[in-house]
Amino acid sequence: MFKQILVTSVIAAGLALSGCASKGKKAAPAPAPPINNSGMSNYGASDSSVSGTGLGNGLADLANKKTVYFEYDSSDLTAEGQGVAAAWAKYLAANPSVRVRLEGNADERGTREYNVGLGEHRANAVQAALTSGGASASQLSVVSYGEERPVEAGHDESAYALNRRVDIVQQ
Amino acid sequence: MINIKRILLIALLLAPAAARADLEFTVQSNKTGALPIAIVPYSGNEGLPTDVASIIEADLNRSGLFTTLPRGDMMEKPDDPSRVDFRNWRAVNMDSLVLGKLTRTPGSDRVSSRFFLLDVLRGQQLIAYDMPAVAPDQLRYVAHQMADLIFERLTGIPGVFNTKIAYVTSTGIGPSRNYALVVADADGYNPRTIASSRETLMSPSWSPDRRKLAYVGYERGRSGIYIHEIATGQVKRIISEKGINGSPAWSPDGSKLLITLSFETNPDIYLYDIQTSQRRRLTDHYGIDTEASFSPDGQSVVFTSDRGGQPQIYKMSAAGGEAQRLTFSGRQNLDASFSPDGKSLTLVNLDEGRYRIALLDLASGNMRTLSEGGLDESPSFAPNGAVIIYATQVRGGGAELATVTTDGRVRQRLRQPGDVREPSWSPFAK
Repeated sequence: MFKQILVTSVIAAGLALSGCASKGKKAAPAPAPPINNSGMSNYGASDSSVSGTGLGNGLADLANKKTVYFEYDSSDLTAEGQGVAAAWAKYLAANPSVRVRLEGNADERGTREYNVGLGEHRANAVQAALTSGGASASQLSVVSYGEERPVEAGHDESAYALNRRVDIVQQ
Repeated sequence: MINIKRILLIALLLAPAAARADLEFTVQSNKTGALPIAIVPYSGNEGLPTDVASIIEADLNRSGLFTTLPRGDMMEKPDDPSRVDFRNWRAVNMDSLVLGKLTRTPGSDRVSSRFFLLDVLRGQQLIAYDMPAVAPDQLRYVAHQMADLIFERLTGIPGVFNTKIAYVTSTGIGPSRNYALVVADADGYNPRTIASSRETLMSPSWSPDRRKLAYVGYERGRSGIYIHEIATGQVKRIISEKGINGSPAWSPDGSKLLITLSFETNPDIYLYDIQTSQRRRLTDHYGIDTEASFSPDGQSVVFTSDRGGQPQIYKMSAAGGEAQRLTFSGRQNLDASFSPDGKSLTLVNLDEGRYRIALLDLASGNMRTLSEGGLDESPSFAPNGAVIIYATQVRGGGAELATVTTDGRVRQRLRQPGDVREPSWSPFAK
């Protein structure tokens, strides 16, 4: 019924997969992928042009890094997620009046309320990375939507990978 | 002499039914062994908004346990047992016969009804009832009640034709997504949106007196638990702590809710007293504890926890304390609730990559898979314990509702445009 294609960390670093991961089924463009600053993308990142760690304090640099992605049934930050969190932590530490909401999300597998729990664990993991990186707890709030707010409507791993995420939403 | 029983129609539902059915039913069942029954059109039905016999016929057909005789094959259309020639019904291989009449109350527009269930083979009357007079737009519910009485007399199982289902629909994706909480008759008729929101609505749960629904809503990025009184439309947000406010489930006496809160540390089960707003924490574990549900006697609670690594079902006393793991087969087991007799649980089982609805027999520990999808969830027992309704993902996307009898024999699909999910079957009307 639904496919369980595991496109996980076995994929070699830096491989651009966007074409094959979607199986040519849907033409709908995937949401902008997060910038791959670690070279350890766990899903098909079509935009590999930006990399490295040369991040400034400006919001512009964070515009493409509003999302932290997770692996299946996991709330551990990937290396890439750590990079995104580190950039935000630096920005928040330098701008103490800025507040962000960390919105945890899950893919559609599993039950709805359990996924709310999973989404919160993910948002908490990002929160912990932000505070340990210098952000103040008062700048952060956490909410979990579980599987209720997919950004990609498909029912395969390429969609799931985009839906397992924490959105960092500036207030 | 005819033995007429009188029954009271209490709480015959609120809204005058007018809307067309939005949920479209299809029934799959093995009709071998289905009971042949003829429902004769009732006399006096002309000019009324509901064809009572056809509602009864649709109910019995939908159950999968009956086959009904087309009207064109009926050799007579009696409205009283004294006028029945049983040979006419034996000739077309009927086991049972239903007939009745509707009478307008003089001086009012109310309609009273009388009906009979006859055993064709023995030539005997099985039941006869006088139903109280109702307004014409309530005849549909009288018909469901007749179907319940017929169903119970012939199968030994109380009918659930006069119950309700609540479910959540959503349309759109991303920021334009729209959610609605809908209550419909068990046959999909008269769907009414009781809450709608641009933000997530989830986890509807019926109060035991079926007058209220508890559910989870979000407002400006914060979740809360709401209680909605169906008759008045009154909504109250009862709790909105920091973090998760989720998974409401009523105590059998209707005075308390089991809920999931995470404001103290992480998702744990709490018991919330509706009168006093007092809450008491029942679990304290670093894992995710959620999806709690009471046993019918109110003495114990089952819930989902991933304290052992993967989510599994645990049971504890309603006072909290030590929890005992109940599920051991499959990779994950989630979202359990008790059957009305307390002897089994329905839950979501993950095995070989498929989430399916299963039935766990508590005495033996045996688990039986009932559904056939890949991503089935939100199982809810009908109040007679014989049927489970759940949400299933359809090929090519979208979610719809399905039912399966606990013996696995009869399946139904309930379709409507958009995603339909999280069904919750109402209790019987009291």
